[in-house]
Amino acid sequence: MEKEEIRKELKVSAIENGTVIDHIPSNSVFQVIRILNLNESGNMILFGTNLESQKMGTKGIIKVSNRFFEPDEINKIALVAPKATLIVIKNYKVVEKKNVEIPDHVENIVKCFNPNCITNHEDITTRFTVIDKEDLKLKCHYCEKITARDSMAFL
Amino acid sequence: MKNKNLVSINDYTRDEQIQILDLAEEFEKQPSQRILEGYVVASLFFEPSTRTRLSFESAACHLGAKVIGFSEPGSSSLKKGESLRDTILMVSNYADIIVMRHPREGSARFASEVATIPLINAGDGANQHPTQTLLDMYSIRKTQGSLDNLNVAFVGDLKYGRTVHSLAIALSNYNTTFHLVSPPELKMPSSVKKYIKDSNLSYYQYTDLQEVISKVDILYMTRIQKERFSDPIEYERVKNSYVLRNNMLKDARPNMRILHPLPRVNEIAVDVDENPKAYYFTQALNGVFVRQALLASILGVK
Repeated sequence: MEKEEIRKELKVSAIENGTVIDHIPSNSVFQVIRILNLNESGNMILFGTNLESQKMGTKGIIKVSNRFFEPDEINKIALVAPKATLIVIKNYKVVEKKNVEIPDHVENIVKCFNPNCITNHEDITTRFTVIDKEDLKLKCHYCEKITARDSMAFL
Repeated sequence: MKNKNLVSINDYTRDEQIQILDLAEEFEKQPSQRILEGYVVASLFFEPSTRTRLSFESAACHLGAKVIGFSEPGSSSLKKGESLRDTILMVSNYADIIVMRHPREGSARFASEVATIPLINAGDGANQHPTQTLLDMYSIRKTQGSLDNLNVAFVGDLKYGRTVHSLAIALSNYNTTFHLVSPPELKMPSSVKKYIKDSNLSYYQYTDLQEVISKVDILYMTRIQKERFSDPIEYERVKNSYVLRNNMLKDARPNMRILHPLPRVNEIAVDVDENPKAYYFTQALNGVFVRQALLASILGVK
């Protein structure tokens, strides 16, 4: 197990200081990058996807150098990567490990599934209240319809 | 309630709803009061709605306000491609309050956030139509003397009828017992039934209209729309089973009244109109008083 971990870590090089986001579903890596706005970041970012994982089959991993996230910021990714682990690295050492949590409110991440919702016809930031964290159900702030996990599309 | 938007019925607390009904009663006694002289009401109808628009405009006129606006999208700048945001910002400069009907769900909440003046939702797609709910509550209170402890039947399309959903939610504040009559494919959505249950109230579901008539104080009829059925044969089978006829009302309670948000098609036979239990046309008139009460309270003159 320990050996396995080391081998995987080497596929995406270690960072000296920063944050590692591990256990991202392989097909969500680019969504996580977009949600965290990493595509516009000036920091060094390393990522890998379709990596072997004992827990998940395959997984993605993102390493962001010299960046430490606030819980509010990082919890946004819980919608696409509910099992993600957040690892804070200082001086090449793990100083903190935590899981992400589904937030109470979701802004500008999910598209309202109701085709007749005003947010799908005008340039409006989508806003939802999370009414069920277990089954992931979001209530649109505007049309009041519920977008559930199976009909969820990301912006 | 000065400057308080009305987008969804739950934007107003139970007490605020009652204040509106009380004030509407005052306006019923004396409908013409020129207390809004000098005020401008913007009436923005992005889809046609004769009844709601005329009753709002009548309410404004009775209070001495001037009405500006449009009654269909073809005559508005929307046709030139102007966004809702821009239309609302522009109108905010010209009026003191906005009354808006729009075909998209959520448009009213969005417009209320963009507007710099208060807004009343006169219907946003299939989502909310709170002034209809308030006038239904007014009609129920007026005919029954109180909103408490009533047996209320909803009949017809309970799945898509927004007036039914909002009214059921509003009545859940008043120890109501609900009787839900519909074809199986148009049953009340589980979200509304859950709301009733969470309020510790009971509901009963039926497919036969005759069964509830002797049990209720209010019979709230709705229209079953053909477009709701994927199978046209199913529609033909169902459409005539929820038609109320005068001879079905023999065993109704003396205080029972029939409500309908209108327009009706054939779900209430014309011979019911003569029955003193038919209340739907008076119900529509009550809409004017309730809208007067809303305009006056939100503009802060009452």
